[in-house]
Amino acid sequence: MTVTENLSAALELDKVESHLHPTGSFDLADHAIPTGREEIWRFTPLKRLRGLHTDAPLGGASFTTDIKAPEGIAVEAVATAEAKRGLSGLVPWDRIAARTWDAAARTLVVTIPKEHIADEPVYVTVDGTATSAEDEATATHVVLTAEAFSKATVVFRFTGSMTLADNVEIIVGDGAQLTVVSIDDWADDAVHVGHRHVRVGRDASFKHVDVTFGGSVVRHDTTADYAGPGGSVDMLGLYFADAGQHIEHRLFVDHTAPNTKSNVVYKGALQGEGARTVWIGNVLIRKVAEGIETYEENRNLVLTDGCHADSVPNLEIETGEIEGAGHAAAIGRFDDNQLFYLRSRGVSEKEARRLVVHGFFNDLIRHIDVPELEESLFATVEAELAKNVLAEDNA
Amino acid sequence: MSTLEINDLHVTVDTEDGAKEILKGVTLTIKDGETHAIMGPNGSGKSTLAYSIAGHPKYTITGGTVTLDGEDVLAMSVDERAKAGLFLAMQYPVEVPGVSVANFLRTAKTALDGEAPKLRTWVKDVNGALEKMNLDPAFSSRSVNEGFSGGEKKRHEIAQMDLLDPKVALLDEIDSGLDIDALKVVSEGINRFTEREGKGVLLITHYTRILRYVKPDFVHVFVNGKIAEEGGPELADQLEAEGYDKYVKADQQELV
Repeated sequence: MTVTENLSAALELDKVESHLHPTGSFDLADHAIPTGREEIWRFTPLKRLRGLHTDAPLGGASFTTDIKAPEGIAVEAVATAEAKRGLSGLVPWDRIAARTWDAAARTLVVTIPKEHIADEPVYVTVDGTATSAEDEATATHVVLTAEAFSKATVVFRFTGSMTLADNVEIIVGDGAQLTVVSIDDWADDAVHVGHRHVRVGRDASFKHVDVTFGGSVVRHDTTADYAGPGGSVDMLGLYFADAGQHIEHRLFVDHTAPNTKSNVVYKGALQGEGARTVWIGNVLIRKVAEGIETYEENRNLVLTDGCHADSVPNLEIETGEIEGAGHAAAIGRFDDNQLFYLRSRGVSEKEARRLVVHGFFNDLIRHIDVPELEESLFATVEAELAKNVLAEDNA
Repeated sequence: MSTLEINDLHVTVDTEDGAKEILKGVTLTIKDGETHAIMGPNGSGKSTLAYSIAGHPKYTITGGTVTLDGEDVLAMSVDERAKAGLFLAMQYPVEVPGVSVANFLRTAKTALDGEAPKLRTWVKDVNGALEKMNLDPAFSSRSVNEGFSGGEKKRHEIAQMDLLDPKVALLDEIDSGLDIDALKVVSEGINRFTEREGKGVLLITHYTRILRYVKPDFVHVFVNGKIAEEGGPELADQLEAEGYDKYVKADQQELV
């Protein structure tokens, strides 16, 4: 029995069948090669995954890692065999996660010691150096632990070209406050399939900020559960899909403890022929999870013709003894009335569109609350807009 | 010097049953410094007149002309009309989430003037304009119209008119949904504007109430897409006493 299985048993949770989140398994044999018809795969362009979901080798090393950590925080890359894995309760819930678990040669271990308050963020930058799509894919593992009552921000940034499958385990100790920012700023041809699981301790707060701009196919599963009551999870996402890009986010918050909170807000914009985004949100409120509060929201702004956004919020409720549960999803174009209002004040159509898109992302970016990032995120939004919305001469 | 001339304006709107004519030949001239009230029952086309002049894409001009100081307004884009000196205060101002009032006002002023306003005086001007409308300076950091009360939206529209200083302001039911205190604040804002040199106002309203605080030079009664009657301020008093019935009936008889 692995550590993980022990922990799961200790939680003594009723098994809840969720078609969106099949029971995990470490045994690859339990994960058949997907056909694309499965609920969890039906939105994903399997053909573009370069075999991550079948049997493509995962021993590639076409990347460099740059780490900046403030004093007092230990960051080290170790051979996976030496790393303590499974502490977050992550059990691979699909074939790519299971293959990544088996193949990851390297594990990045980041530990924020007990009661340590970090003044500055930890930055981990992964820069892909693949020169072609044929370069072997890479599997990596991350174990990020914020020990009890610590406070820190960890920023993962992905740039360059590669095919990456990674499993990220995050453990937030009792009373700790952890912010994790993940920025997919890949070159246009990168493929990244990520699985992240966080276990949130008693009275701990965890904020995940998921920013996706680059890459050919980016698919992220981000899941959370609670090791004790009083924990709080914020999952904020911002994405911008350009022509031909597939960006998929699958979120799952499993309310495994009473009086816990979750707030999931993802906002995305799409522009250009074949820009494609998928957002699947799910919240499970278990019988034990009395007094919880949850909200999930996804909004998409379609900026040009030829884009396609899917947005599916789900809520599975096993107890009605809760504070509140809500969800919202929307896919919309520029609102003619908004543009008219701004233009009737003399603002050009281009500038009006720019204002509306900035406004759309503005609230979210301000909630991220990492000042070091705000400016660069606004700049990135601006750069994305320049490709299309602001580039039209007739606009 | 500013003259808005509307001549035989015909406007249609697309409906499921095809194009429907809303304005059926409207002729009206607003000269320098004049305030015109347009009154009429619901659905008579009053708002359509304001939105057509401002260039809302929902409406199609099928005939007639609109000029501002001789310039062809109908040939201009929406923002060009604003730059030419037109301002529309909307009955239902639109929410623009994530865009602060301060950013919105600065962007508009910059667009209208062709250069950014001087920071120091501008902040003072904005705070002054908000204060005159009983809006707290903290108001400028809120998102445009998001979560505003009905009264705040209308007062914000008038604050914009004050700051953007157009030649001719089209005020579409600026009085609707206002309690008496807010109505007075809004009316005072309009009066301060009309006291400036050469400003024209087209005040569209369903009720005579606002006309106790804003004195129009002319009153036009709008029925079924046309002006049915015109007169001085006394016409408003008559409408207050008698309502629109007689004009509506006369219009229906005309159809028979």
